[in-house]
Amino acid sequence: MRFHHLVVSFGAALTLAMPASAKTISVSADTADANEKLQEALILAEPGDVVELGAGVWKLTDGLSLDVPNVTVRGAGTGEGGSILDFSGQQGAGEGLLVTSDDVLLTNFAVLNTKGDGIKSKGADRIVYHKLRVEWTAGPKATNGAYGIYPVESSDVLVDSVYVRGASDAGIYVGQSKNIVVRESVATENVAGIEIENSYDADVHDNIANRNTGGILVFDLPSLPMQGGHNVRVFSNIVSDNSVPNFAPAGNIVASVPTGTGVLVMANRNVEIFDNIFDRNGTANVMIVGYRYEHKDPKYQPLPRQIVVRDNQHGKAGYAPAFPGGAEIAAAMGGTLPPVLWDGSGDAIVNDEVGVLSLNLPDMAMPQSAAKPSPADLKDTAPTPLPGITLPESMEARVR
Amino acid sequence: MRRVFVALATALLCVSGSATVPLPDGKQSVIESDVIPQKLSAFGLFPFGPEAPLVSFGYTLRTPLFSDYADKRRFVSIPDGKQAKVLTDGTIEFPVGTVLVKSFGWSDVNGGRPVETRLLIHRASGWVALPYIWDADGKDATLALGGRRVPASFKSPDGDAHTIRYAVPNKNQCKECHSLNGEIVPIGPKARNFVLEPEVAKAVRSLYFENPEALKPVMPQWDDPATASVAERARAYLDVNCAHCHNPAGSASNSGLFLRWTDDPAGVNYGIGKRPTAAGRGSGGMEFAIAPGAPDHSFMIYRLESTDPGIAMPEVGRSTVHREGAALLRQWIAEMYANGQS
Repeated sequence: MRFHHLVVSFGAALTLAMPASAKTISVSADTADANEKLQEALILAEPGDVVELGAGVWKLTDGLSLDVPNVTVRGAGTGEGGSILDFSGQQGAGEGLLVTSDDVLLTNFAVLNTKGDGIKSKGADRIVYHKLRVEWTAGPKATNGAYGIYPVESSDVLVDSVYVRGASDAGIYVGQSKNIVVRESVATENVAGIEIENSYDADVHDNIANRNTGGILVFDLPSLPMQGGHNVRVFSNIVSDNSVPNFAPAGNIVASVPTGTGVLVMANRNVEIFDNIFDRNGTANVMIVGYRYEHKDPKYQPLPRQIVVRDNQHGKAGYAPAFPGGAEIAAAMGGTLPPVLWDGSGDAIVNDEVGVLSLNLPDMAMPQSAAKPSPADLKDTAPTPLPGITLPESMEARVR
Repeated sequence: MRRVFVALATALLCVSGSATVPLPDGKQSVIESDVIPQKLSAFGLFPFGPEAPLVSFGYTLRTPLFSDYADKRRFVSIPDGKQAKVLTDGTIEFPVGTVLVKSFGWSDVNGGRPVETRLLIHRASGWVALPYIWDADGKDATLALGGRRVPASFKSPDGDAHTIRYAVPNKNQCKECHSLNGEIVPIGPKARNFVLEPEVAKAVRSLYFENPEALKPVMPQWDDPATASVAERARAYLDVNCAHCHNPAGSASNSGLFLRWTDDPAGVNYGIGKRPTAAGRGSGGMEFAIAPGAPDHSFMIYRLESTDPGIAMPEVGRSTVHREGAALLRQWIAEMYANGQS
C-alpha cells in the first residue's frame, strides 16, 4: 500500500472518533484573528473540555457558536480585568454566542453590545448560565438587541448570578423550555427584566428586577410549537422601581407592557407569586391578564388560570398607571390604583392584604375600552402549592 | 482501521503537538475517515485546479440560495459502485462516501477563480460540513473551521458595485443551516429542485442513481415568470432561502414560522398575520411578518432588505441585499388580497 503524508498541527486538524481526556484550551484576547481563533477553539473542543477566555477586551466582528456537548466556556471575570466579549463592531450573526449542544456551562465572562441577542442557547439541555454579564452599555435604547440571556427549546435550564442590562426585549428570556431555574440574578434597564414564555415548570427566585419597564413576565403566546405555559413560581424576588419607559420595537409583545409593571402574568395556568418584595411600580405590582390579540390558533388557551398571589410585601404602586385609560381610573379612585390589577379574565387568588382592581373584561373579545373597573376580592383557599424545581445534580455541582 | 489510525494520531500529538500522519492511499479513504485535513488537496477532489474537480457529475438548482451574488458551482462525488436514491418525499439519499462540493466566487474577483469551496461529506458517522478558502496562488485551499471574512468587490447583475467583507461560514454556521433535528443534512439536492447539468448523459444518471426517473425538478425557477406565477415563485424562493431554518426541525423552529414548499401558504405559520415572536429589532415596528397587500408593513420584507445583523434574515451568509429576490416577495405580498388567508 502506498502512503500519502498529511501534516497536522495540534488543535486544528483532527477530530477524534473517541473522547480524549479533558483538557483546557486557552485562547488569548490579544491573538491576531482572535475571533477566528476563539471560534476554532469552540469547534475543536471535545466533551469534557474547558475553553478558557483570556482576560481583556475581545473585539469581535462575528457571532460565536458552540455545538459540542459537555464543554465549559470560562472567562476571567465579568468586570474590569475580566473577559469582555465586545460586539460593538459586529457584522454578522443574530447573537453574540449561540450554544446548540447539551451540558454546557458558561461562566465568568461578559458579552457587550451585540447587534441582536446576547447569548442564545437552543435545544441545549442542562445548560448553565453562571456569573455572566450581558449588557448594552449605553443603557435603554430601541437599537439594542432583543434578549440578553436567551435559552429556548431546552430541558433543564439554570440561570444563576447573571447581570443583564439594556435588552430591548427581555434581559433574561426563557422560551419554550421545561424545568427552569432563574435565581440570584439582576435584570435592570431592560424592557422586560425576566420573562418566562411558553414554558413549563419554572422557579424564578431571589432575583432583583429593578428599573425595567416590567420586572418579571410570565407569558403564553399562540401559534408557537410549544405552548400552554404552566407551573411557574415567582418568589423571594425584589421587584422595584420598574419605571423605564417602554423602548421595545413596536409589534413585539413586550412593546405592550405598561411602564411601571412589577410582575405580569399573561395567559398561563398555575402561576404562584409569593414572598416577593414589591416597591415603586407605577402601574401595578402584580398584573394578571388574558391574551387579548386576535389569533387563529384553536389549541391556544388565552386565559390566566389558577394564579395565586400570596405573602408578598407591597410598597408603593399604582401611582402612574401607563395603560390606556389608567390615569382616568386612578383619578376616579382618588389618584392611585391598588397594587394588584386583574383584567377580570380566567381565575386568580390574591391573598395579599392589598386592594385588587378588576377591569371586568372576562371575554377576550372585549376591548380594553370596555373596561368597567371595580375593586375585587379574590381571597380564597389556595390549591396545593407547586412542588418546586429540582435540577439534575450535575448542574448544581457545576456552580458550587 | 480508522480506530487504529486515530489512536496513532493521538499518540503522536501527545508527544510533539504536531505530527506526520500516514494516510491510506486514495481520496476515498480520506473522505470516509474522520480526519479534517488542513488542505483541500488531501481529498484529491481538485487534482487539476479549482475549476476542474474530479467528481461524478455537476448539478444546478432550479431556485438557488442567495449568497451575496456569488456564482456557485456544485458537484457531487459518489464512490464507485454506489448509487444515490430518490426517496418518495423527494429527498435524495446519498451513499456514505459521497461528497457534495460547492465552490463560491465572482467573475470579477480573483479572475473568476473560486474564493472558497465547501464540502459536505457523508461519512459513516454522519454528514460533516467543512469550509476551505483558496490560497492566493489558487493551487490549493486551506481549512477555515472558524470561518473568515474575505474582502470582495464585485458587480451585481443590475450593474451596481458592491464592496463587502464576505463571510465564509465557520463549521458551526454550516450546521446552523444544514440542520435537521440537530443532525447535518444536505439542503439543496431535493428532487424537485435538483437539475443535473445537461451534459450528464443518461448512462451517467443510471450509473449514479438507483431511480433516476424520480429526478423531476418541478419547482419554479424564482426569476423566470415563464415557469410559474408570482406566488409560486415566491414560495420557491422562501423554501430555498428560508426553510432550511424555518421548519419544525430546523434552527428557527422556535419561531413558529415555517416556510417549506410543502407548508400551507395560507396558514398563520406561513407568516400571514403572524406577530413577531423573538424578532426584536427585526420587527421594524411592524405587527406582522406578512401583512397581505402591504409589503411596507410586512417585517419579512424589512428583514430581507436589511444588512444589520440584529435585523437581517437569513442570519448567516448574506452581507448584501438580494434586491431581485426582495422585489419578488414584495410583489407577492402586494398582490395578496387583504383577506389573503383564504
